[in-house]
Amino acid sequence: MSSITYLEAIRLAQQRALKEDPRVFIYGQDIGVFGGAFKATKNLAKEFPGRVLDAPISEDAMVGLAIGAAIEGMRPIVEMQFADFSTCGFNQIVNQAATLHYRTGTPCPIVVRLPSGGTPGSGPFHSQSMEAIYAHYPGLVVMTPATVEDAYTMMLEAVALEDPVIFCEHKFLYYHLKAEKLPKFPGEELPFGKARITRPGRDATVVAYSAMVHEALAAAEELTQDGYDIEVVDLRTVRPIDTDTILASVARTGRLLVVGEAWPWGGVAAEVVARVATEGFGLLDAPPQRLNAKETPVPYHPALWGTHRPTASSVANSLRQLLEL
Amino acid sequence: MTKPKSAKTKGSQEKSSTGATAGVLTAELARRAYRTMLEARLLEEKLAALYRSGKIVGGVFLGRGQEALSVSLGVHLRRGDIYAPLIRDQAGRLAFGDTILDTLRTYLGSSLGSMRGRDGNIHRGRPSEGYHAMISHLGAMVSTVCGSLVAKRFRGEKGTVGATCIGEGGTSTGSFHEGMNMAAVEKLPLVVVVANNQYSYSTPNDRQFACSDLLAKAAGYGVQGHRAVGNDLVDCLSVIGEAVAAARRGEGPQLVVADLLRLVGHGEHDDASYIPEALKKSPLGRDCLELAKQSLVEREWLSEEEAASWHKAVEKDVEETASKVLREPAPDPTEEDWNAFASLGRNH
Repeated sequence: MSSITYLEAIRLAQQRALKEDPRVFIYGQDIGVFGGAFKATKNLAKEFPGRVLDAPISEDAMVGLAIGAAIEGMRPIVEMQFADFSTCGFNQIVNQAATLHYRTGTPCPIVVRLPSGGTPGSGPFHSQSMEAIYAHYPGLVVMTPATVEDAYTMMLEAVALEDPVIFCEHKFLYYHLKAEKLPKFPGEELPFGKARITRPGRDATVVAYSAMVHEALAAAEELTQDGYDIEVVDLRTVRPIDTDTILASVARTGRLLVVGEAWPWGGVAAEVVARVATEGFGLLDAPPQRLNAKETPVPYHPALWGTHRPTASSVANSLRQLLEL
Repeated sequence: MTKPKSAKTKGSQEKSSTGATAGVLTAELARRAYRTMLEARLLEEKLAALYRSGKIVGGVFLGRGQEALSVSLGVHLRRGDIYAPLIRDQAGRLAFGDTILDTLRTYLGSSLGSMRGRDGNIHRGRPSEGYHAMISHLGAMVSTVCGSLVAKRFRGEKGTVGATCIGEGGTSTGSFHEGMNMAAVEKLPLVVVVANNQYSYSTPNDRQFACSDLLAKAAGYGVQGHRAVGNDLVDCLSVIGEAVAAARRGEGPQLVVADLLRLVGHGEHDDASYIPEALKKSPLGRDCLELAKQSLVEREWLSEEEAASWHKAVEKDVEETASKVLREPAPDPTEEDWNAFASLGRNH
């Protein structure tokens, strides 16, 4: 049986959305006949003529077009070629899409796909993790799937939601992750917005999302050799954020490390630490910790990049320190 | 100030403002346009008075001097069309179906208005009815109108158009450029009206752009260009009527450029002292409302007596509506649904 990659799961979810919902169309650069820079829309233009449209290099207008179409009842999916380029569409996302429902009562059901995160050699402008910036704005749902199954079901959920969704799909996971089969329906395992206890444990909680879930799992495995049993929580969506599951986990373990591939300043890890500190201070046996990327642009050379982002080994080191506090 | 100059270059056809539009301009249309201009003018005078008396918080942005151009777009749109007006489009808004009542409610922050106190002044609309609510970031509405037109195309709707307005300053934005180019690529039935009122807030045109004629941009985008005399109602009705008709016929995006002068400040807080007296006294500075009345009276489409009675009736309507709205409840922060999401509850 052939296995399905994270990337293929996203392609299949879009294919299913196009098939099941006539309101869905996809708009982005090079996504038509070419099938997208990463082939996330391979063959979809052929299968769904006129519904997978090449866009000019105009991220602002791409998002604007999606908003206008959503107002008229469509369910557009916008593919940013790289998450980094969404900054050129930032105004439409945060000022138009995010505010529309509150201001006017008209929902804005658009999905903006952000091929996110670092891969070796990608450098400062093809590696960014933008989730914290978008999560900052009320009105935007921000999804950060870490598994093949979640990439599939959360994409379907994103299309079905009445709100604008920033879908942060991790490029490093595109080819590295595989699954044998996909769930039939979204929400079968977990409802939208619910975090997952990926690995139950008792000594410390690692909260992570997207590619960092896998670094956290590897670190947890490494620490079994030291006799520690680490719990790993996958946020799945960073907004809404499932504070209840995080607090319940910290209640069990008493120790918290939050791992994010993005920069620390004002980020998702900072938000999780703040929530646990304010709502669950009494649950903590040690000061909550976070581990993020180094505070420079994402470097090009693989040797630098591999140290810039958190890895299994740096997560394991942080955990050892946390366990000694 | 830009010099009128032909923009007939490859990819662009500048339409003459005379002759081509005999079928579009009728006495009935001109009368409706004039009446709506009058409503916009008197309503805005009331808004200014309410602002000066401290009843309106935030800004008041008036379209005095731009009513002829604005209304000419609004009256040529119909149910099912998309309209994204901008800051000086009170006349166009009323022509499209907005009301004196909802304008006052939005400016005064009534909880009964379409924006419920959540947004104010010119930031109002009913997007689900094709009336987009502008954001302050200039140029952003061009592509949203494109999107609504794409949706209509998906649904197989034919004969509808989308329209938006912008000032000459807004044409400097990346959003304007991206939206125009996208509309041209998709061959959408989009009409964009550029009100070149010579000053973007206080910035004169020679600090805003270096091309000799904004209409030359039409050729750059590969869209049809039209020039209107911005303070001449009959010319604006003819030219914009033709532009809207061309879009409706499927001839793709239409760019209309009109020179005029705003006869007020950028907002009521601004005395517009940067506009030279000579320019105010030039033909550009002539009041479009006064010119429109003269023009309609000359054509015997309107009498002075009728104009005077309209004035009185509109004034009464505005006064009565304002009194009513002033008694309406303000939004209650304890009752407010502090939730920006459509499908999620609070605290997300």
